[in-house]
Amino acid sequence: MQIATHQQGPGDAFLSARGIHKRFGALVVLDNIDFSMGQSDAIGIVGPNGAGKTTLLSALAGAFAPNAGTITFDGRNVTALSAAERCRSGLVRTHQVPKPFSGMTTFENVFVAASHGDSVSRDEAYERVIDSLTLCGMLGVANRQADTLGLLDRKRLELARALATRPKLMLLDEIGGGLTDGEASELVATILELRRRGIGIVWIEHIVHILLQVAERLICMDAGRIIADGEPRAVMADAGVVKAYLGGTSA
Amino acid sequence: MTLASNGISIERWTRSSRLALGGVALALALFAIAPLTLGAGAIDRMTALFIYVILAAMWNALAGFGGLVSVGQQVFFGLGAYFTIRLADTGLNPFLALFAAAIITGAISLPLSFFMLRLKGGEFAIGMWVISALTHMLVNLDRLIQGETGTSLISLNVYDINTRRVVIYWLALASMAALLGILFALLRSRAGAAIQAIRDNEDAATSLGVRVVATKRLLFVLAAFGIAIAGALWLATATTFQPKTYFSVQWTAYMIFMVLIGGIGKFEGAILGAVLFFVIETFFGAMGVWYLIGLGATAVLFSLFLPQGLWGEIERRFDLRLLPVGYRVKLPGPPKIQWNQ
Ligand SMILES: Nc1ncnc2c1ncn2[C@@H]1O[C@H](COP(=O)(O)OP(=O)(O)OP(=O)(O)O)[C@@H](O)[C@H]1O
Ligand SMILES: [Mg+2]
Repeated sequence: MQIATHQQGPGDAFLSARGIHKRFGALVVLDNIDFSMGQSDAIGIVGPNGAGKTTLLSALAGAFAPNAGTITFDGRNVTALSAAERCRSGLVRTHQVPKPFSGMTTFENVFVAASHGDSVSRDEAYERVIDSLTLCGMLGVANRQADTLGLLDRKRLELARALATRPKLMLLDEIGGGLTDGEASELVATILELRRRGIGIVWIEHIVHILLQVAERLICMDAGRIIADGEPRAVMADAGVVKAYLGGTSA
Repeated sequence: MTLASNGISIERWTRSSRLALGGVALALALFAIAPLTLGAGAIDRMTALFIYVILAAMWNALAGFGGLVSVGQQVFFGLGAYFTIRLADTGLNPFLALFAAAIITGAISLPLSFFMLRLKGGEFAIGMWVISALTHMLVNLDRLIQGETGTSLISLNVYDINTRRVVIYWLALASMAALLGILFALLRSRAGAAIQAIRDNEDAATSLGVRVVATKRLLFVLAAFGIAIAGALWLATATTFQPKTYFSVQWTAYMIFMVLIGGIGKFEGAILGAVLFFVIETFFGAMGVWYLIGLGATAVLFSLFLPQGLWGEIERRFDLRLLPVGYRVKLPGPPKIQWNQ
């Protein structure tokens, strides 16, 4: 159901997805998803395990082509573009299971992102890397080989790399799981800084109270569909959402 | 380089690496004048060493840095030699033919890459071997080659044997130096960082804006070109061309051996591996089958006990980086304590 009024007309949508279908074999994982957002929106996505949240993010970022549907970003139809080209046009994602370049140092990991997002001079790329590492609290481990990093730092590395591409819009997938309260508020501060820089945010997270400090709109997915979309507190109170969380899939 | 903002600097050369670069320059200069004092046999052996270094460096770049493990690289070795024969037969100067053949082989590897780079992991490795076997058969069909009987680079005979030997030595030396220089520059460039990123995680690289296929293609073509030069030079020293000796998987086995014992994914490792292989071959090469068994056993022992190779071990123990391709961040720490006041 549609709860609130955040839905934009297609004219001013910065990122939009229309009629997205995705199947893995016989399993329908995304079932006719419609979604759109403005340039500096901050949107949270919640939903039970297996709801299709990561799959939606991957479709938006271009990790694979959906079986049907259209994705537009920044005024362009990007449905046929590779993930690399979408990144270069300002749409970047992080991975739920971190994917570090394990044979390279933290600095080098971020340098890859900084020097391939668009054409920059080497010095500019260095500045970006240092800025990202500073913002994500990773300067101290800059020279560590990535395969020696713990899970927390690997998640930070996902964020730092994505940020170093100079994105207009970031798609974040469970970067806050397993954090202490202190770490969580650091993360929230970092994301709020990204927002201050004008970067749009789509953030999948199970820990709703962290999400609510950033998101001004919440989407709940279940069984490949968007079952609620709107003002965060209203979404959390929605009967369908409560049911999805309590009783598995709500068909 | 120091960043203006906060005193942080990015270090790409260390003092030891500057010294090493000087050492490399000196060694190359000494190699260049060495034929004045070396005997004929020694000159030929050194030529072989230079060719081994090229082979090891190319396979290391491909597999160690790019994650493209191939067991069919002998195809480019064979084609380098084959096109040299073909071009020399049309009347081209044989020394020019060596390099023209490498360029042709590199050019052929480009369309080949469109098919091969779609394959992943083991499929790519075996696929390259299949390509090599097919190419070997096609080359055998060429009348000029006379099947497995083979043929010779007869046009070299117009040169006096001693001149020829030294010219080939110098060409091998120059090719080795140039190819190592190109590889080093590539691996230190942004493309080099992308190459390693693709090796470690292709999905992540793509999602950060790296053009994966184009980057792999660059590496694939460069490796084909370099290995073709090695094949052409080998032909120049051996003069006879029998397809089965050039398209033999033995060449790739040697490349893998050199890279594994020297240190895979380390620029210095491949060079060290080639030198070790050269020494082993010099002392034990005449022992036939036992030599091959010894090589195999050495490779197994290294992969069990020194998986980073000899250079990896040296680098770890002494924190030594002679030819670094990476980046070090220097944070502005507190001023160093002066002990000798
Ligand atoms: N590559 C794949 N092949 C087959 N099935 C897949 C694949 N990726 C995801 N799935 C399935 O699609 C469904 C949705 O997965 P997805 O990862 O999108 O869920 P999610 O909402 O992100 O869950 P979680 O909260 O656990 O991360 C699951 O049933 C999953 O098993
Ligand atoms: Mg998920």
